[in-house]
Amino acid sequence: MSLFVKISFFVALAAFPLAQADELQIAVAANFTAPAKRIAADFEKDSGHKAQLIFGATGKFYAQIKNGAPFDVLLAADDETPTKLEKEGATVVGSRFTYAIGRLVLWSAKPGYVDAQGEVLKKGEFQHLAIANPKTAPYGAAAVEVLAALKRLDAIQTKFVQAENIAQAHQFVATGNAELGFIALSQISKDGKIAAGSAWIVPAHLHQAIRQDAVMLTKGKDNPAAQAWLNYLKSDKAKTIVKSFGYEL
Amino acid sequence: MPSPADLAAIWLTFKLATTTTVLLLLIGTPIAWWLARTRSAWKGPVGAVVALPIVLPPTVLGFYLLLLMGPDGAVGRMTQALGLGLLPFSFGGLVVASVFYSLPFVVQPIQNAFDAIGDGPLEAAATLRATPLDAFFSVAIPLARPGFVTAAILGFAHTVGEFGVVLMIGGNIPDKTRVVSVQIYDHVEALEYAQAHWLAGGMVAFSFLVLLALYTLNPGARRGR
Repeated sequence: MSLFVKISFFVALAAFPLAQADELQIAVAANFTAPAKRIAADFEKDSGHKAQLIFGATGKFYAQIKNGAPFDVLLAADDETPTKLEKEGATVVGSRFTYAIGRLVLWSAKPGYVDAQGEVLKKGEFQHLAIANPKTAPYGAAAVEVLAALKRLDAIQTKFVQAENIAQAHQFVATGNAELGFIALSQISKDGKIAAGSAWIVPAHLHQAIRQDAVMLTKGKDNPAAQAWLNYLKSDKAKTIVKSFGYEL
Repeated sequence: MPSPADLAAIWLTFKLATTTTVLLLLIGTPIAWWLARTRSAWKGPVGAVVALPIVLPPTVLGFYLLLLMGPDGAVGRMTQALGLGLLPFSFGGLVVASVFYSLPFVVQPIQNAFDAIGDGPLEAAATLRATPLDAFFSVAIPLARPGFVTAAILGFAHTVGEFGVVLMIGGNIPDKTRVVSVQIYDHVEALEYAQAHWLAGGMVAFSFLVLLALYTLNPGARRGR
């Protein structure tokens, strides 16, 4: 953390008892639901501001923001959407930064089904493999890159079941309708461990980094709570929470 | 212009809606007949169950169907025992879901039409020594024709408009479960607004024409209660 950020963070903290509590609305990518709730709870306690979280797919947020949605901040599931919004003048210039880097896992709800090296993909003895829609979800696109890198894409493509987003991909696997699927490590991480089933944490070199960027939207420009939230997201306290959910930084 | 994938989605939707409508007319007619004629205490509960999809969000239906038809669900166990495999992510699964989803839109117009016939014509048929089955096919069904037309059109159109349930149990597989509404959603999510407009505009036009046909060809028909 840069000294400037540190100082502005503490200055902001010190100023809060005097400042009026403000409300802000944060559009949060579905995969970041759990950590966002934890961070927002701490943020509200520490800052006195009120943070309202709206969860959803990044592509949908884009359409809503372009059509006047009242969000102050966007925590996207990718870095493309915030960049695109920035180019189109819908954001506060200079506010964009990477708040988390996602890790992809191959997961099954059954213990022992997925081995720690992902050999299960080579055997291909399953009917359905759930992925998030690669056209719209960064984790889905990363899953396709991994299968291509392993030269298993052609063989497995016919077994794809596509979910609208990573949350639904998790649901397909959790209910056992798909034997396994590519999801985000954050979805099955609890206190730094994999909570249930069996998983292969995909080596990061097999796909492009899933950089998740945050950006202040034009509407948040004059909202002190929006800047406070972005500063808070850069704090060590928030970063520790982000990492405990299986993200990198 | 619509892409080959869009055309495939349109064809699949047509196939799904046709299959569902035919099945619904076969399943819905006896249910509607029973609901219209019975004095049983079960009339209320059965009518309420049939009407559930009108008030339930499709995601509720989709979620429970996903659990029920999954490997640990009652229906899933049964289909596996019968050697049919699992229903989610298959065309068959969508048909089953659509039958539930569109059931009230078929049963209620037919039931109303049967109700409107009253006892008179059927009693007259009985005095002419028509068996109940004979009376049903040669008196009740022809008299209830407008109800059947309404039921078929609404069942078809409602299945075409299905989205939430398909999203929950479909898995977005080309030629199997990727119907038009899901394809539109994909285009919008991928910011392919031009392609989305082709399909979305087409859906608006289709729905309007269907309802226009319903209200001009069948002016007496009104849906359900």
